Amino acid sequence: MTPSNIRNFSIIAHIDHGKSTLADRLIQRAGLVSDRDFRDQILDTMDIERERGITIKSQTVTLPYQSRDGEEVRLNLIDTPGHVDFSYEVSRALASCDGVLVLVDAAQGVEAQTLANVYLAMDHDLEIIPVINKIDLPSADVERVREQIESELGLDAAEAVLCSAKEGIGIDEVLEAVVKRIPPPTGRPDLPLSALIFDAHYDPFRGVIICCRVFDGTMRKGDTIRLLSNRSRYRIEEVGFFRLGRDPQEALSAGDVGYLIAGIKNIVDARIGDTVTLDDHPVEKPLPGFREVKPMVFSSIYPMASDDYEDLKDALDKYTLNDAALVFQKDASAALGQGFRCGFLGLLHLEIVQARLEREFGLSLLMTAPSVRYRFHLKSGETIIVDNPQDYPDPTLIEGAEEPFVRASILVPERHLGTVLPLCMDRRGVQPRTAFPTPERVELTVDMPLVEVIYDFYDRLKTVSQGYASVDYEMLDYRPSDLVRLDILVNGERVDALSVIVHQDRAREWALQVCERLKKEIPRHQFKIPIQGAIGGKIIARSTISAFRKDVTAKCYGGDITRKRKLLEKQKKGKKRMKMVGSVMIPQSAFVAALRSEED
Amino acid sequence: MCPCEVVSPSPSPDTTAFEPGKPSRTKYAAPRNSAPGLYVHVPFCTGKCAYCDFYSLPERTRIPAWIEAVQAEARLFRGLFPRFDTLYLGGGTPSLLGVQELERLLQGLFRKLAFSHSPEITLEANPDDLSPGRLAAYRDMGIRRISLGIQALEDATLNFLGRRHTAPRAEQALIDSLNAGFSSVSVDLIYGIPGQTFKAWKKTLQRVLCFRPHHISCYQLTLSPETPLGKEHRKGRIRLPAEDTLADLFLATSEILRDQGYLHYEVSNFALPGHTSKHNRKYWRRAPYLGLGPAAHSFLAPVRWWNPSSLDTYIRQISSGRSPNEGREVLSREQALLETLCLGFRTSEGVAGRVLAACTDGSQTVQDLEQQGLVARHGNRVVPTCRGMMIADRLPLWFLP
Repeated sequence: MTPSNIRNFSIIAHIDHGKSTLADRLIQRAGLVSDRDFRDQILDTMDIERERGITIKSQTVTLPYQSRDGEEVRLNLIDTPGHVDFSYEVSRALASCDGVLVLVDAAQGVEAQTLANVYLAMDHDLEIIPVINKIDLPSADVERVREQIESELGLDAAEAVLCSAKEGIGIDEVLEAVVKRIPPPTGRPDLPLSALIFDAHYDPFRGVIICCRVFDGTMRKGDTIRLLSNRSRYRIEEVGFFRLGRDPQEALSAGDVGYLIAGIKNIVDARIGDTVTLDDHPVEKPLPGFREVKPMVFSSIYPMASDDYEDLKDALDKYTLNDAALVFQKDASAALGQGFRCGFLGLLHLEIVQARLEREFGLSLLMTAPSVRYRFHLKSGETIIVDNPQDYPDPTLIEGAEEPFVRASILVPERHLGTVLPLCMDRRGVQPRTAFPTPERVELTVDMPLVEVIYDFYDRLKTVSQGYASVDYEMLDYRPSDLVRLDILVNGERVDALSVIVHQDRAREWALQVCERLKKEIPRHQFKIPIQGAIGGKIIARSTISAFRKDVTAKCYGGDITRKRKLLEKQKKGKKRMKMVGSVMIPQSAFVAALRSEED
Repeated sequence: MCPCEVVSPSPSPDTTAFEPGKPSRTKYAAPRNSAPGLYVHVPFCTGKCAYCDFYSLPERTRIPAWIEAVQAEARLFRGLFPRFDTLYLGGGTPSLLGVQELERLLQGLFRKLAFSHSPEITLEANPDDLSPGRLAAYRDMGIRRISLGIQALEDATLNFLGRRHTAPRAEQALIDSLNAGFSSVSVDLIYGIPGQTFKAWKKTLQRVLCFRPHHISCYQLTLSPETPLGKEHRKGRIRLPAEDTLADLFLATSEILRDQGYLHYEVSNFALPGHTSKHNRKYWRRAPYLGLGPAAHSFLAPVRWWNPSSLDTYIRQISSGRSPNEGREVLSREQALLETLCLGFRTSEGVAGRVLAACTDGSQTVQDLEQQGLVARHGNRVVPTCRGMMIADRLPLWFLP
C-alpha cells in the first residue's frame, strides 16, 4: 500500500457532541468488531473514561475501508484527549494527522470547545471537515448549525456531512469524505526515518508500546532506533497497526500510523513529541514541537491507613509505567505519616491519578491541597523554588516572593460574561481584555495566578456559565506576590498536611472555611477542641468543637449482642480511616472536606 | 462522693464485690466455665408501648401453640448445654400468661433441660397483671425474681410512653411484689423522656426508693426508628433532651442510687449488694445462654444464633423438626475481643488488664484514659468510672487497631 492509500485523521468535538459514538460506528462499519462484541465507547478502555465520558489515554485504530470507487484505503483514526491539562498531548496527536472531522451537535450547534479545537486544527494546517451529528434529534436545526459553521468557524458549510452516529445514519458519507477530502500523507519511504511519538503505553509483557506516525523513511523489526531527545538506542522487536488489538506488520513506512515495541522498560524514556529515527542512518533535525512535559500542580498523597504505605509505593511505581507525566518523590507528614509528593499536569490529571490509584489498586488515599511552584528570593540573595508548604522558608529571611501567572483565554457566550468576569476578578485576575471573534461570543483574556486556575476554576467556570464557557491557558511568567504560609492548628497542634501557601489576601477566607469544615467533620471528643488558622504565631480564624459527654446505648437488647457489635464494627472501620493529631482523632472525611474546593 | 469517681462502693480496690461472701477469685471466672442461662421470649402483649421494638403479638389465643413450640425447641437442645443456673422469662409480657400456662411451660422446661440446684428464675411482669394471689402462685412455682415494668410514676409520662397502667397501680404492684416473698424485686424505669423535667425524674426515683426494691434498672429512652415514638421524633414532633442534659441526668441518677447503697453495676442497672441479675450478667460476661422462642438470641462460644421474629415462621420451623434459627455467626477472635471490650466496659467489672495490655498501645491507652478519669484500675481489672460508663460505646474503639 502506498501513502496515497492512507488517511490519517482525528475527530474533534465539544464534549457530548458524540465523538466516541462516531468513533464506535466507524469501527463497526470497518468490521473490526462484531456487533455482538460491541460495547459503547470502545476506545475508552478505562472505566473512569467511560464514566466521565472523557478520553484520557488516547487510543488509535487502523480501519480497512473500500471506497465507493473501489479503492482499498487504510484509515488511521487517532483519538485525542479532551481537556486543557492534556493540551500538549492533543497537539502531538493532531500533528500526526492530515485532517480532522469537526463534529457539531445538530441541536446544540457550535460550542466554545468546537471553536478552540478548530483553531488548534488550523494551527496544524489540517484539512477540516465539518460533520453535523445527531440530525435525528427532534430539536436538530441543521440550517442554523450550517450558518454557525460558516459564520463562527469560517468553514464551508455546504461541504458539511450530515449524520447520526447513534442511529448509524450517514456513516458511509463520513468515511467517503475522509477518503476524498483529507489529503494522503506526503512523506517518502526512502528518506531517513523520522517518526513522531504521539502516545505511549506500558504493557507488562512487552514493555513500552510507542504510538507513532511515520513521516519519512521505514522501520522494520531488527532495526536499531534512536530517540532524538535523549539519544537512547533500542532494537525494534515488533512493529504493527492497531486494530483494537496489536496487529504485527513487516514494516511501518512513511505515512503509516502504528506502534513499535523495542524493549523500552520505562515509559519516561518514550517521551511524547520525541522523534524516532534509525541509529545507522539518522535524520538530522527532530520533528518540531517537542516539549519536556513539566508538572504544574503539586500535592502530597498519603495512604489513609499508614500501613498501606508500601502498597502505595508499589501502586505509584506501577502506575507511572503508563503515565510519564506523573512524577513523585518521598514526603512525610507528622499527621499523615509517610507519603509522596507528586507533580501533575493539572488538576484533572491529579483527580484522574487519585481515582485510578484508588480504583485499580484498591487504595484509600488522602491528598493535600494542590500547590504550584513558588519562588522565594531570600535576603541572602539566593532564590529558592518551593512547591511544598513544608518548605516555606523562615519569613524573616524572605526578601520577596513570586508566583506563576498564566494567560487564560475563556470563550463564553456574551450573556454569561456578567458572571464569568467577576469570577476571574475574584480569582485575582488582572488586565481582562475582551474580543469578539463572532457576534455572540466573547473571548475573555485575563492574566491570573496559576494557583487560582488550577484550583477548581474550571468547575466554577462551568457552573457560572451553565456549561458554556471553556478555558485554555498558557504560562506567562512569575510575578511578585505576597505569599504567606497558613497553618491549621487542631487542639493547639499544627496539622502539617493542612498547611498551604496562599496569597495574603486570601488567607483569612481560606482559614475560616477550613476551620468551619473541620468543625463539621471532626467528631466530638471527651474534651473541647479549638481549631485555629494561623499565620506565623497570629491566629486569624477560629472555631471550637465542644466536648461530648455521653456515648452509650441504654440497653443491650435481650442478648442480641450481634446488633451492638455490628454497630461498633462499623465505627471501628470508620476509625481506621482516622488520623491521630496529638490526642485528637481526625477522620479522613475531615481532611477531604478541608481540602475540597470552595463550594460544592 | 463525686459522681466521677469509681462506681464501686467497695472499700478495698481488689474486691469490686457484687456478691459479698464469695471468694473474690471466683468473681471473674472465665465465661467458658460459667454455667449457662436460659432465656424464654414470651411474644405476647395486649398492646404495643410507643417506644418498644421488641417482637410481640396481641393474640392470647396463640399462647398454647407457642408453649408447644418452645417445648419442642427445648428438646432440640437437650444435652447441648450444661446445667442452667438461671431462667429468664422476658417479653413481650410474660405476666400475660395464665398461671396454669406458665406452670405448664416451666414444668416442660424443667423436664427437657438440666438445671442447677436452685436456679435464679426471673419473670418480667406488667403491674396491671399482678395481684397478691398471682404473685404467691409465681413464688410457689419457683420464681425467685420479679422484674416490674413500672417505667414511670407519673400518669402523664406513662400515657406518653403508651403504658396501660397508672401510677397508683404501679406502686401497688411494687408493694405486693415486695410482700410476696421473692428473693429479689426489680423495677424498670425510663428517663430522659421528652418533656420530663430533671425534678420530675428525681421525684420518681425518690418515690421508688421509698420502697427500696432490691434492683432498679434505669434506662434512658432510646428511640428506634420503627416505633411510634421514633416516627414522631423523625417528623420533629417530639424532641429528646440535649446530650448535656442526658449526661447530667445519668450522673445524678447514679449518684442518688449509690448514695442509697445501690451498686451501679452496669450502665443502666443498679442493685443492692447480692441482688445483681445473675442472668443479665451472663450477657455482659459472654457466658453461654440459650434463647427459646421467636426473636430469641443464643450464644455458645464462638457461635451466636437467633430465631426469626415471627411466631408463624418459628412454629413452622419447629414443627418441621429443625432448629428455627434465622441467623448464625461464628465469631472471629477479633469479634470476640470487640465484644469483650464493649460488654466489659458497660459493667463495673470492666475488662481484664491483660486483655487490654495485649491490644496495640493498650497500656498507654489505659494510662491516658485513667488520667482523663474515664477508667480506673481495680486489681487486675480496668473498670470504667461513672463518666467512663457514660461513654462505654466509645471506650473499646481506643483499644482497637
